[in-house]
Amino acid sequence: MSKSCKNEGCGSGAGCGGAHAATEELDPQVEEATRREFMCVIAGCAAALGVSGCSEITHTSFFQKRFRELGPEERASIVADLEKEFSEKFGKPVTISTQPAREDVQFGYALDISRCIGCRRCVYACVKENNQSRDPQVHWIRVLEMDKEKGIDLAHANAYYDAETVPRPGHFYLPVACQQCDQPSCVKSCPVGATWKEPDGIVVIDYDWCIGCRCCMSACPYGARHFNWTDPSVPAEEINPKMHYLGNRPRMKGVVEKCTFCVQRTREGRYPACVEVCPVGARKFGNLSDPNSEIRYILEHKRVFVLKNELNTRPRFFYFYGL
Amino acid sequence: MKASTALALALTSLFVCACGGSDEREEGWGSSAQAAIAPVKEEIEVPPPPFSEGIFPCSDCHDPTLPVNTKRRQLSMAHQEIDLKHDVEHRWCLDCHSATDRDKLHLASGELIDFTESYKLCGQCHGDKYRDWRAGVHGRRSGNWDGHKTYLLCVNCHNAHSPAFKPLQPKPPPTRPHGGDQ
Amino acid sequence: MNTATLFARFVLDSLRSITRGNKLYWTWVAFLLLLMSAGVLAYVHQSRNGLITTSMRDQVSWAFYIGNFTFLVGVAAAAVLLVIPAYVYEWKPIKEVVILGELLAISAITMCGLFVTVDVGHPERLWHLLPGLGHLNLPRSMLAWDVVVLNSYLVLNVIIVTYLLFSLHAGRSPNKKLFLPLVLFSIPAAIGIHTVTAFLYCGLPGRPFWNTSILVPRFLASAFCSGPAVLIVLMQILRRFTRFEIQNEAIWKIAELMSYAMGVNLILLGAEVFKDYYSNTEHLIHMRYMFEGVGGHHAIVPWMWLSVFCSIAAFLVFIVPKTRRNPIWLNLGCALIWVGVYLEKGMGLVIPGMTPDTLGEIYEYFPSHTELWVASGVFATGFLVFTLLVKIATPIMLGDYQPAGAKVAH
Repeated sequence: MSKSCKNEGCGSGAGCGGAHAATEELDPQVEEATRREFMCVIAGCAAALGVSGCSEITHTSFFQKRFRELGPEERASIVADLEKEFSEKFGKPVTISTQPAREDVQFGYALDISRCIGCRRCVYACVKENNQSRDPQVHWIRVLEMDKEKGIDLAHANAYYDAETVPRPGHFYLPVACQQCDQPSCVKSCPVGATWKEPDGIVVIDYDWCIGCRCCMSACPYGARHFNWTDPSVPAEEINPKMHYLGNRPRMKGVVEKCTFCVQRTREGRYPACVEVCPVGARKFGNLSDPNSEIRYILEHKRVFVLKNELNTRPRFFYFYGL
Repeated sequence: MKASTALALALTSLFVCACGGSDEREEGWGSSAQAAIAPVKEEIEVPPPPFSEGIFPCSDCHDPTLPVNTKRRQLSMAHQEIDLKHDVEHRWCLDCHSATDRDKLHLASGELIDFTESYKLCGQCHGDKYRDWRAGVHGRRSGNWDGHKTYLLCVNCHNAHSPAFKPLQPKPPPTRPHGGDQ
Repeated sequence: MNTATLFARFVLDSLRSITRGNKLYWTWVAFLLLLMSAGVLAYVHQSRNGLITTSMRDQVSWAFYIGNFTFLVGVAAAAVLLVIPAYVYEWKPIKEVVILGELLAISAITMCGLFVTVDVGHPERLWHLLPGLGHLNLPRSMLAWDVVVLNSYLVLNVIIVTYLLFSLHAGRSPNKKLFLPLVLFSIPAAIGIHTVTAFLYCGLPGRPFWNTSILVPRFLASAFCSGPAVLIVLMQILRRFTRFEIQNEAIWKIAELMSYAMGVNLILLGAEVFKDYYSNTEHLIHMRYMFEGVGGHHAIVPWMWLSVFCSIAAFLVFIVPKTRRNPIWLNLGCALIWVGVYLEKGMGLVIPGMTPDTLGEIYEYFPSHTELWVASGVFATGFLVFTLLVKIATPIMLGDYQPAGAKVAH
């Protein structure tokens, strides 16, 4: 029984993993759909083996190997297919880069918590730049409000603060995202090797290889990884068409995603979106291998610390007090 | 060797493999070169000063031939909208603005500088911020971490007369998670 | 008659076993099939809409499914409690029923596999775990090791059971040289599956509630008291409804061993409680969430106290020989152990480990309807597998296929 899964018929299941777009009407067709889905499940295994596996966003082949194991032609062909698909889907030309890490580059990040005012502009700049789902809401950066009297106290932090203006008196702010650790527990725990640390220090995820077991999410001490609990949705007019395969290309439901230091920007030499948008200049980024870089200046002249350093994860993300 | 020893060795080595981290950064980053303090004559690419509409050149109103009243006072004829909150105890307008050439600022030495180089003036008192700014770690920058990046003038962010940042309205908080039956 | 023919007869006889039964049997099977269908429908709903139909979110990203998985790994490991007296000590009363432990292990591992399948975001990508075809991240990933050991244990038990039943069905003893090593190997294999599952949790530095070496012995202790509880009840059922002669000594010995396991389990729990409360570090917050509630969040608290109460009560029932030998108290004890250990391993392990989350946030999790239906479907599948296996095994063990009904020694 062969099926083409492109947004019709088969909705689910063990075989295809395909599902309809978030905008689909469920109720009127529930019974019909349920019956079809039941048949789909019955034929699940056969369908999975017989046809290209489908997912809501991409039509990558069911048998696609790990990105790391693909040869250059295979990569190019997969990327071309995805570019075509996304360009059609979002109504604007999309480019997906597979640019590798540069040899002389080791990325580092520093955040000045004496300056952060908790305005969350970084959160939303990141959402736009990296095509994060708006509904359900996915934020790669979480800004934690803390009490000045308690200092850094995660147990009493509040990510849901809302106020007329920030900073609120008596509080300071600590934004947290992926720390791109040098000894990442997430990479160690992934049973299929879908996440790894690139030579330039960025920990990336192969979204087409991830099985969605969420082992990495249990392992991450920083709550930096986020799961697509359902189909992510990004309005077409807000999509950022400049993408990287391991970064901000649209993801699908059932896989994990996280900050990638804006790999689509940084490998071309640009600052991450959060660094550029911060109105108080609290965020700094650069090449740790370059002794004249801003990040090296901070390590030398400011006193940096890392979160949960007793866990020995060796983050590339440093916090400091600039003032 | 005995089978049990071999087994123990094998298991131990398996454990070591499983637990070994791959850490390439044992040595640390080393210290950066001391950030060079810019020689006085160096040009730094900055955007133009954020003048209010029509306020510059100052000499349009201030006649350079007229004598200047250098006595510290509350201005009543013009510039009343300026709320001076910048070391008011010790400073007033003419400590930064040149009395002789109204289109320029002056340093402590008396040297006149353009408004486009106002950072030199700020840097006299705020030396640590100035050094950080020159190194690129104070204030916002756009551009390329490995190439061309923009500097902003101090006054692009800080109002020189009342430099303290006004609080901003934050963007909305994240939505709280709720369970699958809701 | 050659082996192939014998095997074909074995298969046919087995099929005949499971397709023939009395009203009670068919009612039970129908009930299980119904539950399985409900589970499948719920799973289809989950598959279509994503795991958002569960109550898991980023803050609590493992919950009901993985909690059940952990509990069932323990149940599967419990077969060893029968294998040791049967084959190491050659204790006859248990040797006759040891196969039931292995059948339970097979059913439990099946359920484990199903719970993992329903929990992952992309079940169609599970082939990525296959070494060669996919990429299994050995030796670093504990989940990869878990996949290896669980599947090995499953295969081992299937081989042991098939070989044993086939041999007995054909009227001959299993070849001890082949059989005994396999069975003896299942002992460390059983310890292995639960140790690796414990490693999966305790190897995570970011979760202080789990990052403790005591998790390994705790898992083993709770496994050895929960799994056999199923067997005790089952053996009484078999004794009632079939001609299976199960001696009281066998049941009582299992109950006795369970009481020691529960005793150890309670000691280890006490040690954990002491360590957290006495040293009073920030990590105490997870235990406080369990037993007191934190910041107005206390939905889990009554369940945790229920678990402790049931575990202590079960321990007392089983440790006293008089109560353990009384069928009413015995079965009550089994029920108490189920409740106690199930709550401890599921709710009491996974949820507090994730609450508060790594950034201090508390999200109160409670399974959604979808999760409950899917889990019921999985449990029904496991129960059905167990029922069918027991249905196949019983006549063979009773020697029904032998001329004159003689039983073959093994």
